[in-house]
Order: sequence, then C-alpha cells, then structure tokens
Amino acid sequence: MLKMQDVSKVYRTDLIETHALRNFSLEVKSGQFVSVSGPSGSGKTTFLNVAGLLETFDTGIYHLDGQDVSRLSDDARSRMRNEKIGFIFQSFNLIPDLDIYDNVDVPLRYRRMKAAERNQRISKALELVGLGSRTKHMPSQLSGGQQQRVAIARAIAGDPALILADEPTGNLDSLMARQVMDLLEQINEMGTTIVLVTHDPELARRAQRNIHVVDGVVIDSAPYERRMAVDERAAGNSMPG
Amino acid sequence: MLSYYLRLASKSFRRTPGLTALMVCAIALGIGACIVTLTVYHAMAGNPIWWKNNVLYAVTMDSWDPARPFDPDNPSLAPDQLTYRDATYLMTSSIPKHKAIMTQLLGMLNGAPGQTAPIPVMTRATTGDFFPMFDVPFEYGGGWDAAADRGPEPVIVLSRAENEKLFGGSDSVGRTILWNGRQFRIVGVLGDWQPVPRFYDVVNNPFASPEDAYIPFSWGPTLQELPAGPSSGWGSTPVNNYQQFVNAEDVWIEMWVELPTAASRARMLAFMNSYWAAQRRNGRFQRPLNNHLTNVGDWLKVNHVVSNDNSILLRLAFAFLAVCLINTVGILLAKFLRRSGITGLLRALGASRSQVFYQHLVEVAVVATLGAAVGLLMGIIGLKAVQHLYSAASALDAGSTNYPALTHFDPIGIGWALALAAVSTVAAGLYPAWTIGRLPPSRYLKSQ
Repeated sequence: MLKMQDVSKVYRTDLIETHALRNFSLEVKSGQFVSVSGPSGSGKTTFLNVAGLLETFDTGIYHLDGQDVSRLSDDARSRMRNEKIGFIFQSFNLIPDLDIYDNVDVPLRYRRMKAAERNQRISKALELVGLGSRTKHMPSQLSGGQQQRVAIARAIAGDPALILADEPTGNLDSLMARQVMDLLEQINEMGTTIVLVTHDPELARRAQRNIHVVDGVVIDSAPYERRMAVDERAAGNSMPG
Repeated sequence: MLSYYLRLASKSFRRTPGLTALMVCAIALGIGACIVTLTVYHAMAGNPIWWKNNVLYAVTMDSWDPARPFDPDNPSLAPDQLTYRDATYLMTSSIPKHKAIMTQLLGMLNGAPGQTAPIPVMTRATTGDFFPMFDVPFEYGGGWDAAADRGPEPVIVLSRAENEKLFGGSDSVGRTILWNGRQFRIVGVLGDWQPVPRFYDVVNNPFASPEDAYIPFSWGPTLQELPAGPSSGWGSTPVNNYQQFVNAEDVWIEMWVELPTAASRARMLAFMNSYWAAQRRNGRFQRPLNNHLTNVGDWLKVNHVVSNDNSILLRLAFAFLAVCLINTVGILLAKFLRRSGITGLLRALGASRSQVFYQHLVEVAVVATLGAAVGLLMGIIGLKAVQHLYSAASALDAGSTNYPALTHFDPIGIGWALALAAVSTVAAGLYPAWTIGRLPPSRYLKSQ
C-alpha cells in the first residue's frame, strides 16, 4: 500500500537546514494497522505529511497503492489525496460553520460525485460512527469524541485505501480515546490500511506494527511488544554491575 | 460545483458579516462615484447623433482679421461661425444632401387659446433641411420646404413642451400663433428630442435644451431681428443698423451640411476653397487658407465641449474606484489568509489548487455583484442628489442648462460602469484567490 525507500526531506531557511527525514524507508502492506511513535521533533508529522501527499520530498522513492508519486503534478496529488487517503487530525479539523452532514460531504464534493451517491455514502459513514441521527448538528454542539467520530466519518466516506491519523486521541479523555480506537480497529478490519501517529503506548500497542522514528530515521519496525522487550533487554545490559 | 461554491461563499459572509459589509461598501462607494461622474461625462462627451457622425459636417472658413487669429490660444482654428455673406453664398451649393444655416433669435409667443400673457421663447431661425438632416422626430406635422425658406413663409415648428404649454399637448398643426407680433402657422410639433450636448450649437450653451420654436432663417433679416446668441466681429466698419450688421465681417451664423460620401466632401471643400480664392482676390480672406468640414465628434472636441475639469473628475472617480478596489483586495487577502487553516484542510481533503482558486473567486464575484448592486443604488441616489443640488443653479440660469438630461439615468453608460466595476473587482480578487490557492496545505493545517 505504502512503500518509501530512502526518502529524505530537508527544511531550509537562510540560516539553517533541518533534516526532517533521512533515508526514511518503510513499507506498509495493504490492510495493516501501523502505529508510528517517536519523540517530539523526530519527523513523525513530516512522514505523515509526505505519506499523505501534503508535502513533497527531496530524494528517494515513494509508491502509494502501487503508483510512483514523486513526479505527480499538484492536481494529480490532490486527486490521489481525495480518492485514496483519509485524514484524521488531533484537533478534529471540522469546518465550524458546516453541519455534520456537510462536513462529511466536503471530500465527496471535490470528487464531483453525484448527489445520490454522496448522500448514501455520508449516511453510511455517519451510521458507522454512531452519529446517523445528528446530521444537522453543528460541530460546536458535539463533544470532542463525537467531533472526532465525525472526522472519522469524513475520512472513510470516500472509501479510501489508506487512513492517516495524526494523534487522533490526543485531545480526548481515555474513554473517548478507547471508543475512537475501537472504531479505527473496526475500520481496519473492513480492509482499510491505517497509519496512526501516536505518543500513547497504550494505543501503539493496539496496532499490528509499531514504527519508531528518531531524528527522521526509522529505528525499528516491529510489533510493539517485541520492540519493548528489546528495549528492556538493552536497558538491562547497560545496568552497572 | 458553482452552487456549492455559492453556498460556501454565503456561509463565509455570515461568518464575517462586518468584513463583508466593509468590502461591499468600499466597492459600492467606488462604483457609485463612478456612475455619477460617468453619467454626467457620458452625457457631456457623448455624440448624440453618432449614427451620422461621418456624414454631418460643421462648415468653417477663416474670414478673420489678418492681423490676429480668431482664437489666440488656438491660432489654427477658424471662427466657429460664418458671416452672413459667406453663409448665404455657401447655401447656394447643391453638393450637400442637406444643408442648414442657423442662429438663435429671441421671440415672444402669443395668441394661443386662453393665453393671457406673451411667453418668451428661444427660437432657432434655420432652414428647412435642419429637421431631416438632424433626424429630428415629430409628434405632429413636420418641417418646412425650400419654398418656405425662400418666401419666407410664416411657418413655425414648436417643441413638444411648448405645444403642451400652449395647446395642452393637442395636435396644433394648422393653427396660428403670434411670434413677435406676427402671425405664424404651426406646421409641426417636435417629438421628444433632447440631444446632449446640443451639438449643432456649441457657440451658445451646448448643454442647453433645444429651442422651443423654429422659424425659417430668412425671417431674421426680413424682420431685422438681431441674433440672441453671440456674434463676433473685426474691422473698423461701423455697424449702426441691421444692414450694416449683415454686411460686416461679423460671424454669427452656424452652418451644417450632410455629405454622405468622400467624393461629396471633397467637392464641397473644393467649392469652399474656390469661393475663398475668389474672395481673396477681392481683398477678403487675407489669412491663410483654413477652410474646414468638421464632423460632429471632432466638432465637440475642438470646441472643448467637455471641459478638462470633467475629464479630471472622471479620472479622479476612477482613481477613487481603484483605491476602493485596492482596499477590497487588502480585506479579501486578510479574510482569506485568516481562513488559511480551513483552506489547508480543504486541500488535504482533496481540493485542487484550481478548485480552491475558483471557490474563492466565486466569493469575490459575489462580493463584486453585491458591491455593484449597492453601488448602482448609490449611483442613482447620487444622480438624484446632483439633480437636486443643481436645481438651484438651473433656476439661476433660467433653466437654460438641461441638467435633468445631464444627470439622466443612462442604462447603457451605467451598464458599462457596472460591467467595468464587476470585472475590475473580480480582476482585483484574482490575486487573493490565487494566493490562497497556492498555500501549501500542510503548513496551514497546523493553524486550524
């Protein structure tokens, strides 16, 4: 589904160069649920932006759903974002003056989908997240968890192959966070590939694989438990005497 | 997508009603100012007989003082009127399809049913071709023929307003009326005819209404009526009576000819030049050859019918519109950039640059349309205010200046102003819409 090979991304200003991604290589297979973790400034968000075609990269190869995206025009990247990727953000990013229905409608509109098909997809997505009866509510009338569920409905309404979630539970309490994770797992079980950036070890543990990123480099790519065991062993070996 | 963009635009306006109102007001003010100045300018600068622009010609010959030009500021210009001697000779030419000489006389009308006191009327003494040459519309009857000119026959044409005043608007053709105490037979009543500017007589006030009465030109000399308009003369010949006046080097007659072809124009000019040469041999026309046939548009220009003040005012109005538009661009940019987070989100959700661009352009177009609509309203109110403001001035110059016609709501001119304003607003909005479309989505997602 997603294959990056030696991808590098450098942010340049007049004074400094910041290497956000260095020879970043990663493969996520179709249908996987992958978490990406790492300290602040490690390049997680840059990875997500590059993976989501929101930013270009400087060197390397990136194939998304079998297609080399490095030479795509801006329009083609937009089309690919619209058709193949669903985004879920930490701060929900709903449009405040559109009701729930219209928020979910946004990506479908840009796909120039017919009204009947849009209506059917929106209803289905909102039903799935348990908000089918609140289509006319405004975002401000919903709790944080409900808003994030709307964002999830928006992400899945277009039936994308890949969902990129950036700290989707970061602004939620633990109960709501668990509900959102349950929902993401449910979506993954339906065949959608999910890449989740998170600081939360609990959430990372629920993914099939965890990618650990430090200084723009993939340090490890293994199931969370195995990586933690390796970390603990390493810590034990280094203990004095 | 257009209806969707319109919906988004209306939501955007509701989100920031103050900014939206500010933009609409800025555009409306600029457009309103432009409509008022353009309407007045268009009325003043327009050619009211444009369809005959290249067939109607004012006739001028330089019969002026050999020692100094007629207009020291424009030495190349011939006098704007002709002497009686020259005008009556040129009228003998059979080259023009139509030809007319004319001057203004002051008359008193009396003898209408129920009329208790004479009414002063500005009268145009002219020849019969005046009416067909200038496509003058008639409500009743018509003009007069060459025989009536030669007579002269006591025939008179009244304006619609005068006929309304004297005969209650009824068909007065065939009835008689006294003009300066002499009985004249009414042969025609004009339809609605308000050429602005009054191109055929720029020597008098070019923005005055057309005259209320028309009689054959020969009645002036026959009744020895001196012209009411300006006459200019040179030389030392004493002018103590009417005969001396018509024989003097005084210019007081305007002449127009209709020459439909280039050949007829060349022949007319040759006729004038040959007359000039003959007169020069007899001691007249001592200035260099300076005979002209000037079409209507050029005639209005050379006589500075539209003053520089009006042109400056027009430029100022457009500069004001430009300032309003620049302010609108600034507000649009601020508004769009403030919403850059949402734009970044739309890009992330798959909106292409062009879709974001068009979406914002539709918003600009809605602002432009609203601004144009409010501007139109402001323009109409402004024109009414100008009319009201000048009604006092109109009373002062005894209503001779046709202010209502100058500030008349001109749909074509206003259509142009609105189209210009809408196009320029959308053009001004291109930059903010383009800028917002170029924003990298990832940078602005964080600000959402």
